[in-house]
Amino acid sequence: MNVLIDKFDVFAGGFWLTLQICILAAIGALVLGAIVAVLRISPVPPLRALGTSYVNVFRNMPLTVVMFFAAFGLPALGSNADFLRIPVIDSLFTRLGTDLPYFRFALIALVLYTAAFVCEALRSGVNAVPAGQAEAARSLGLTFGQNLRHVVLPQSWQASVVPLGSVIIAMIKNSALAGFFGVVGDLSATADQLTGAEGYAFVPVAIGISLGYLIMTVPLGALLDRIEKRQAVAR
Amino acid sequence: MSQQTSVLYDVPGPRQRRITLISSIVAGVVLLVGAYFLIYQPLDEKGQLSMELWGPLLDPSNENFSQVWDRIGLGFKNTLIAAALAVVSSLVLGTLLAVLRIQLKSLNRLRFTGLATPVAYLLRGVSTLLSAVTRVCVEVFRGLPVVITIFFVARGFPEFGLYLDNLWYLVIGLTIYNSVVIGEILRSGMEGLPGGQREAAAAIGLSPAQTTRMILLPQSFRIMLPALISQLVVVLKDTSLGFIISYEETLNIGKQIIGVLGNPIPVYVVIAVLFIVVNYSLSKLAQYVQRRLARGRKTAGTPAQNPPPAALVSQAESNGQGF
Repeated sequence: MNVLIDKFDVFAGGFWLTLQICILAAIGALVLGAIVAVLRISPVPPLRALGTSYVNVFRNMPLTVVMFFAAFGLPALGSNADFLRIPVIDSLFTRLGTDLPYFRFALIALVLYTAAFVCEALRSGVNAVPAGQAEAARSLGLTFGQNLRHVVLPQSWQASVVPLGSVIIAMIKNSALAGFFGVVGDLSATADQLTGAEGYAFVPVAIGISLGYLIMTVPLGALLDRIEKRQAVAR
Repeated sequence: MSQQTSVLYDVPGPRQRRITLISSIVAGVVLLVGAYFLIYQPLDEKGQLSMELWGPLLDPSNENFSQVWDRIGLGFKNTLIAAALAVVSSLVLGTLLAVLRIQLKSLNRLRFTGLATPVAYLLRGVSTLLSAVTRVCVEVFRGLPVVITIFFVARGFPEFGLYLDNLWYLVIGLTIYNSVVIGEILRSGMEGLPGGQREAAAAIGLSPAQTTRMILLPQSFRIMLPALISQLVVVLKDTSLGFIISYEETLNIGKQIIGVLGNPIPVYVVIAVLFIVVNYSLSKLAQYVQRRLARGRKTAGTPAQNPPPAALVSQAESNGQGF
């Protein structure tokens, strides 16, 4: 069990890095997912087709393939994803500043992949609003924007909180893959490093790594359960 | 899709149709131009579209063509084998887990009044402990990423002197995660059933075990079939994680091909298309089953069952890389 105490800073560092990836990827995926969702419900057929194909492509492809694309395809195109070096965020998140491009590649892959699921969660929320609501709003003479802002979105938001939450949980778990793609020092890479190269006993390391992930996923899951139960009662 | 738009928009009139048509054309042109400048041109500039790179995959007269596709076929076969084994074992284990948790729950309600007091308390303690243990196991394995589970299995089993083929590490890792998820899907399906089902079963004298086996489980399978099929997609996608333990599945073979031929983009495009085709048809199947089930229930005139909790279904659907 000594490894847990001796190497506590390694575990904590891994946890912090994983958390950084997750926060950045969650922000990116929510923004991109919202854009794709708007495309998917837009009245213009080509845009709708674009949104639909985006979702179908990324939802049916393993994240591993997306990661491989980002990690080996982008360098083949001569890009190191430097456009992600946004000045302010750069100084907040330590890893964006470093020169290893894999953190950025992993981030791109996670954002692209998760955005498809975010889009579906948002869309399922809009679908859950009874058609009569929007019809009633239209018959009152609300414009399209007013209709969305005052009637549809507030209700759809309620219906999509829980699916969005499970998407985010899935994304946290997906971020573990980054460690196997050359992102040095996140939780899963730490597991590999400690049990492999440094030869520590397996069980304590496994416990430490598992705790790191469970701290992030289990409370979020419990929170979602509560929200869902409350919504079920409210209806 | 058409249903979707009808919620937000009225049926368009002639003016609206004209606007839509014009903006469609504009958007289409913009998209094509954007695709040309953002995708085609960079690829072309870097010489990624040359026949040298794509030839082994697309041109049957290329010397490497048959060999490359033989390897990809082998990899895909390995992927399907791992997925099939994982699906079957996690269905079996998941069903057992769901039944166990339901049984433990009904056991927890028993007071064992016919027995001596210490024995009764002992039995109640044991049943409480058992349900707590299963609960913790479920939460832990549901909360861990699948990659980590597979990695732990592959690193941990040899540690305890258990050496297996890479295939089995992958299958065991996938099974641990997916049986827990499937177990939860089935359990929530059983708990979502109307209480009358269980009461009626008790009224005609079925034991709790019989009730679960003959009344609850079949209905729960039926309601949760779409979610179960979505879970299939997840398992199939997750087999690609075999690359971390160097199991020879599609992606790993792809890496080997790239190592020899040095054409990452074409190989990954082909592998992505393979996965997308298979998974897309599976998701379509899930949608079809869902629609049929909805129709069947209506015509049969049975009362509407409680819908499964949104979180579980969406989790099964969105779980994405499973994990």
